[in-house]
Order: sequence, then structure tokens, then C-alpha cells
Amino acid sequence: MTDFLLELRSEEIPARMQAGARAELEKLFRAQLSAAGINVDDLTIWSTPRRLALIARDLPDATAAVSEELKGPRSSAPPQALEGFLRKTGLRQDQLEDRGGVYFAVIDKPGRATADVLAEAIPAIIRGFSWPKSMRWGKASASSESLRWVRPLSGIVAIFGEELIPCEVSGISAGFATRGHRFHCPGEITIGSAGDYAEKLRACHVIVDHEERQSIIRDGAARAAADAGLRLVEDEGLVIENAGLTEWPVPLLGRFDEAFLEVPPEVIQLTARVNQKYFVVNDAGGNLANGFVCTANIDAKDGGAEIVAGNRKVLAARLSDARFFWEQDQKKTLAQHAEKLANITFHEKLGTVADKVKRVAKLAEWLASEGIVPNCDPALARRAAELAKADLVTEMVGEFPELQGLMGGYYARAEGLSDAVADAIRDHYKPVGQGDDVPTAPVTVAVALADKLDVFTQFFVLIDEAPTGSKDPFALRRAALGVIAIILRNQLRFRLEQVLLKAVEGDLDQFGVVWEGHTEKKLAAFFADRLKVQQREAGVRHDLIDAVFALGGEDDLVRLLARVKALQAFMATEDGANLLAGYKRAANILKQAGEVSGTAAATPPTEADAALLAALDAAEPAASAAVEGERFTDAMAALASLRAPIDAFFEGVMVNDPDDSIRAYRLGLLSRFTGAVHGVADFSKIEG
Amino acid sequence: MADGADEKPLSFQDMILTLHAYWSARGCAILQPYDMRVGAGTFHPATTLRSLGPEPWNVAYVQPSRRPTDGRYGENPNRLQHYYQYQVILKPSPADLQEQYLGSLAAIGIDPLLHDIRFVEDDWESPTLGAWGLGWEVWCDGMEVTQFTYFQQMGGFDCKPVAGELTYGLERLAMYIQNVDNVYDLRFSDAVGDVAAVSYGDVFLENERQFSKWNFEVADTDSLFAGFKAAEAECQRAIAANVPLAAYDQAIEASHLFNLLQARGVISVQERANYMARVRDLAKGSCKAWIDSQSERWTAQYPGWTL
Repeated sequence: MTDFLLELRSEEIPARMQAGARAELEKLFRAQLSAAGINVDDLTIWSTPRRLALIARDLPDATAAVSEELKGPRSSAPPQALEGFLRKTGLRQDQLEDRGGVYFAVIDKPGRATADVLAEAIPAIIRGFSWPKSMRWGKASASSESLRWVRPLSGIVAIFGEELIPCEVSGISAGFATRGHRFHCPGEITIGSAGDYAEKLRACHVIVDHEERQSIIRDGAARAAADAGLRLVEDEGLVIENAGLTEWPVPLLGRFDEAFLEVPPEVIQLTARVNQKYFVVNDAGGNLANGFVCTANIDAKDGGAEIVAGNRKVLAARLSDARFFWEQDQKKTLAQHAEKLANITFHEKLGTVADKVKRVAKLAEWLASEGIVPNCDPALARRAAELAKADLVTEMVGEFPELQGLMGGYYARAEGLSDAVADAIRDHYKPVGQGDDVPTAPVTVAVALADKLDVFTQFFVLIDEAPTGSKDPFALRRAALGVIAIILRNQLRFRLEQVLLKAVEGDLDQFGVVWEGHTEKKLAAFFADRLKVQQREAGVRHDLIDAVFALGGEDDLVRLLARVKALQAFMATEDGANLLAGYKRAANILKQAGEVSGTAAATPPTEADAALLAALDAAEPAASAAVEGERFTDAMAALASLRAPIDAFFEGVMVNDPDDSIRAYRLGLLSRFTGAVHGVADFSKIEG
Repeated sequence: MADGADEKPLSFQDMILTLHAYWSARGCAILQPYDMRVGAGTFHPATTLRSLGPEPWNVAYVQPSRRPTDGRYGENPNRLQHYYQYQVILKPSPADLQEQYLGSLAAIGIDPLLHDIRFVEDDWESPTLGAWGLGWEVWCDGMEVTQFTYFQQMGGFDCKPVAGELTYGLERLAMYIQNVDNVYDLRFSDAVGDVAAVSYGDVFLENERQFSKWNFEVADTDSLFAGFKAAEAECQRAIAANVPLAAYDQAIEASHLFNLLQARGVISVQERANYMARVRDLAKGSCKAWIDSQSERWTAQYPGWTL
């Protein structure tokens, strides 16, 4: 058993590609070795900006010899079959074995030295490597066929035990030599084996294990902050990115001018993170402090003083820009900013963003005045909606689009608008995804709901941009999920279809949209699907949602979900499961019965018929009254009362009685039974 | 900020002279700026056209670069409508290009064990030249000081072989080396005897004021539009007449006039893409004509080379 080391050295690999590269290297290495019959158990993959490293431990020194047996044609088969088999196996006829009239080819494959397998595998891995973006370079790039890599590939180390695996790719030959840290140890270093690789590099200021570098950054940044009496704002994405930019990470704390803290903390954090890859820090009270942590790639001669000073200057220039935007933006009110929305196209067929704002304001006001969003002042809802998009034309959001909403909230408060309006402007994009906070403040709910209903109806209904497959360019699925989440979180009671119609009714003719029987159906199906997705995590069964949706006409999502949940509880009981079995049996019989001939008997032919009839007479009104009163658990109980009689019925009678009038009577009973069940849910949609 | 405690950091012009000496010693022909208004050193035909084809090509030059929309009337310490780029083109890209580049930083006084030099992913694309490449922005203590690119395509054609391009932002680098916060405070030249030192502001502050005003307020848009059309037509004529170098001059001219029109705020968002496509067509057409005019010779001198 022998250990194998492979190092592929290159010019700086983008940080964001390193995790993918490790996975790719593992996949290709395993594929190559498994194709040669070598099992790889203990595999370690590391990355730095300048190298990908792989260590496979305990590889066999040779692959096992294998004997492969292939069954061929019968010896009596036509000669073409035999010829084909000989071609396939590369054997002559006298090398085949005739076993009872069937040809067999026995092919012995001798074992191969693992070193030979590796020598072939390495070039294949390098040539087959897939990068998100790759390039050509150097003299070889005069030919189109030259090797492509993420950045120029500069060296290969391949050592099996202590032996070099000789191989070559595009003029680069494998060797024992690699390089240490670019500045601390620029010369060549010689690796002896997989065993000394990581330690030799460490001695040359390279920590090859990316996870170790990540912990150094994570812990070092926290310590640097703590030493200054501050608390690091954790950011795992930054930890990974900085580990991908350094071979010898050294977190350093710097301070910036306190005066910049007048800029909102989110802006400072974003500037520091996105542009400079710095962490930010909080003071003991949890407020953003005037500090940052940058991650250097060297142990500087002066302890990092110059580095910190340089980084502080760069950050100061960035924050000056941010402060300039913050001050410029506040020279106008949001209402003044909003005027510019008339110059921004929302969609070429759907007018400008100003047009959209007008629609949303009207809808938000209507949702409030109709009481659909309870306890909401319609005038505030309108005002908040009118200003909600104004920050899109501010300098700050132009620079940092991800601050949309948030900046509007800040500017609204700064100009003295009420908290209800400012909060609504800030939070109206929520929820952005599953797991995001769902608004509950009434004005916010009205604006957030109106905004999403507008996006949805404009694209889905008016210009027919319904999502297909993986394509959802206008994020309509997300908008629909947002609508559902807001409705359920706030228990908003309304007919979804009517509200969707309200959002677009003025424009239907202009866009030639047929609502009744067409668009409304597409919408119902779409929302049913989204509801299933939205409820999947909560463990609500999708088939039960279908069973309730299939009844039609139910688009009060709160009520619908209450019914689904009662149904799900019922289906988990023995009564529920048996009733479903009874229903399926009844439905089957009815399906096979076809046209019923003869007149049904006037009275129940037997006691079992009479018992079922009596049960139905009692259950039907009880179930429908319970449904009417939204007492869905009671409705399920009413159905449960049918279980014993339907079981006894199937036990005691034969539906297809030779007497047509009895048969007709019993089919009638079953039809009433399935009808009663359908009053609660369409059981034919239920699985199991 | 230089290495030795007593050593005075290089003046702006000495920094340029040092880079000239450095790249000259590495075999580069030191060219002079192209005599036309361009937005970046990449527009110099010594980069655009010469990065095409199989011939080795190693040059370095300073290129004054004009970005009309970046003008701030001399009031912003970092933004200029006219500034300098130092451009190095090495074709084919040498295996030790990174090391050569780092050597040039050391030559102008940046110690890599005192300052944090980093290669941060940044892919370069010039939609108006139909060009792209992969590489990095080089950071020094968090500040971008150089764009480092391996050209993959120029004018829509594969670069065979690939050229390495280094674009130093000279003012930024000088501000860093001299440790000044305002570009106009840079020492352009040192005092010698009775002759006083000259600052960057002495040379350029008035230019920034006047050109910002002209770019944003004064330039006659009718003649800019007319000039754009004329350059476009002349470019096509020159291509047809098989004088691609002259054609490319007109593509440069059109590109700059378009930048001026943007500064004047008379090009709408929708029109913008259209104008850029027109400039790109001119640049691509010039590149194609250049290749057509040279490929016979290239093929003869470099057997096996294909477009």
C-alpha cells in the first residue's frame, strides 16, 4: 500500500472557483482510478490560490489480474454473429470455448502497476478538467488545440511513495519541485512524498489545507477584534473568500474615521465586504464600530502597519463616496426622486416603473379599504406604495442595488415620514425567499402584497410570461410564493381570484386576455402548485392539497389550507384510511357499471342497504353544515360515521345483483356515498 | 513609502522613466503614446492590431487616456477625465509574466514583504473592441493598481498566440508611492538646482476644469453627431481600400466622439447599445482587414499558423 501526491500549480485561481475545482479533481481522479479497477478510500483534496493538491492514501501497488468471461453466440448461429463476436473480443475462433453449443470468450487481463495507471490518469485529468471559464496562454496558444486551464498551469508534482510519476502535459513535466509562498519563499522546494508535502509547504509559508486557513481567518479576525474591545461581525462567505485569496493569511484590524458612522451600517458593511473583502466589527453594545479586519497574505516586516494604513486609505475613499451618495440622495425627498421613475422602463410592453407604482398604490389602497388587509389605513398604504420604488433612482442604490428598499426606509425616516410608511418602504420586497421574514405590519402587508400581485398579474396574465420548466425570468414563482406566505402568515381572508382580477381588470381588453374559463384556470393550477411547494416543508401532503383544490371554486387560501390540514389529520386515522379504501372500491364499481339499466327499487332491499342509507341521510347534512361553518374537523367526523356502514355494506351485499332494480338501487347508494365524500374533498386525488 | 527610510519616493516622471528602463531591459520596444484621443491604452493600435497574428510583439508605452464622463472639474481628488496608463504588451505571454510584473513594482519602490500584493480575479471585456481576456486586478494593500490580462480574443478573433497585457494606473500608483491623498498634489518632477518641483496640479488642474466644462456643457453635439457619422463612413471606405491602419484610426475617432456624446447626455439608454454596436463593427472590421492584409505573410513565415 502506497500514498500518492498530486499537486497542480497554477497562477492565481479565482477564490470563488476553488471549491468547485476540488470537487472536480476528486470526481475525475476517482473516475480514472475506478476505471482501472483501483479503489480509492482515503482521499484528501486541498486548494490554495496557487495550487490544487490531492493525496490518496493506501493505494495498491498494482491492480489485480482479472479474468473476464463473455458469452457469445450459439455455435449453430449464422457466421455473421460469430464474426461480430470475434471482432468485439479481438480473439480468433480457436481461442473461444464451446460450452454446450454456446461460445464463450475468456479474456485474462494481467494486473497493471498503479504507477502506470497514474501516469496515464494525470494528463487525462488535466485535459478533462472543467472550469467555469478557462483560457489559453503562452507560446503553445499559437495553436487552437493548446491546453486550456483556469489561469496558466505552471507545474505538476506527482509522487507515488517516493517515486516520481513521469508524465507530461502541454510541455509541463511532473517533478519533485514546487514553490512556496510567492514573496516569503519564492524559490523552488523539493517534495519527498505525500507524507512531507504539507509540512514542507508550511515551512515555506504556505498553508495548503484550505480549512486550516479558514480557521486561521475566522479565529484570527475574531481575536483581532476582541483585542481592541470589539466584536467581529461573522461572515462565513468572507472567511472562505479570503482563504481563497491567501496562502498565509494574517488578519489585521484597522480603524476608520468615526465620522463615517453617520452612513447607515448596512452601507458600510456592504462597501467593506463587496469592494474590499473586509470584515466589519461591532462595539460592545452591538452597534457598528469604526473598525475593519482585512486579511493580508504576508507576515509583514513591520507587523502590518503599512498594510493597515494602505487599506484604511482605500476604505476611506470608498466610504467618502458612500457618504457623498448618502448626502446627495437626501437633498431631494423620496417624492422628488420618484418623479424620475417615469424614465425607467419596467418592461417594454408594460410601461415605466412610474406606471407600475401607480398601479401598486391603487391596489394597496384598495386592499386596505376593503378590509382585506385589516386595520390598515388606506391613505398610508397608498402613500407608502407611491414612495416604495423611489430609492431605485438614488445614487446609493445605483451603486449597491442590493440595498433597494432598505435605503428607501432610511431616507423616508430622515425626511420625517411615519414609521409605518418607512417600514413599509423598507420591507415591501419581503419575503424574498422561503425562510425570509414575512411582513406583519398592516401597511407593509398591503404594499408587499400589492407589489407582488402586480408583478405576478402583469407578467403572467397580461403578457403571458408564465414560467416554464427552469425558466422564470421575472421570478413569478417567487412572487406567488410571497403572496401565499403573506396571506397565510396574516390569515388574510379573501378570494384570491377576485383580487388577482382586480389587479388587472382594467387592462384585460387592451391585452386581449380572456379571463373566464381560461386565465382563471391557469392561475388556479399555478397557485395550487406553489402552495404545494410552500407547504412541503411544513409536511403538508401535496395530494391532499390537490384533493381540496379539485373541488373547484375554493381560492380562499386560509380556508383551503385549514381543510387540507383537517383532511391530513383524518387520513392518518384508521377511519380515514378505511374510508379511503371504501371510496376507491365504490368509485371503481361505479366506473365499471357504465349505464344503469332498469328502475331502482323504491325501498332498501336489505338491512345493510338500509343502514348505509340512514348513515348517509345523517352524514350528508352534518358534513355540509360543518364545511359551511368552516368546522373541518367536524366535517371529517361526519365522513368517519360512514366508515362502518360502507364496510358492512360491502361485506353484506353484492352490488351487481342479478335483479336490475336492486343493482340500480345499490349503484345509486354508492353514487350518493361518493358524492357525500366529495362534499369534503375529492378523494380520487388522494394517493395510497 | 519606499523601501529605505531615507530614500525619497519617485516623482511621477521618474516612475515612468523607471518603468521604461525596466521593460526596455526585458526586450520591450518603448513606444510613444498614440497621437489620437483614446479611452485606454488598449486602443493604441500597438495593442489592438498587433495582438493579432503570430508575430512576437513586446512593447511598452504610456498612453494618455480620456474618459469624458469621469471629469469632475478638478474638484475630486481621485477622478480625472484625462489620465495616464502605462501599457505593456508581451506576445506570446512569457511563462514568468507575473514575476516580471512583480519585479517592476519592486523597481518603483514597492516592497512585497511590507505591502500586501494580491491577484484578485477580474475578467476583462471591451464591448467596443469585441475583445476579452482572463486575469486579475492586482491589489496593493487593498487598492487596485494594475489590470493584468491574458488576451483571448481581439476584434472577435482568437489571439494566437495569446498576449499578456499589463495596464498600470499611473496616477494611483504614484499617489500610493508618494503617499498623497489628492492627485493634484503628486510630485510630477523634482526640484533641480534653482528649478522648482512641478506638481500634477501645476500641469493638469486647469486642463481638468476646462475640459470638464467642454465635455459636459460646451461641445457642440450636432458636430459630434456629424463627426461620428463621418468617421464611420471613412472607416468603411478605408477598409474597402485595404488600408486597415487608417480605418482603425477612424474607429478610434468614432469611439471617442461617442464618449463625448455620452458626456453631453444626449444618448438615451436604448441608443447607447446601438452606438456601441456600431463602434464595435468598425473595430472588428478594422481588425479583420488588418488580418486579411497580413495573413499571407504570416502563413508564409509561421508555417502551421491558422486564423
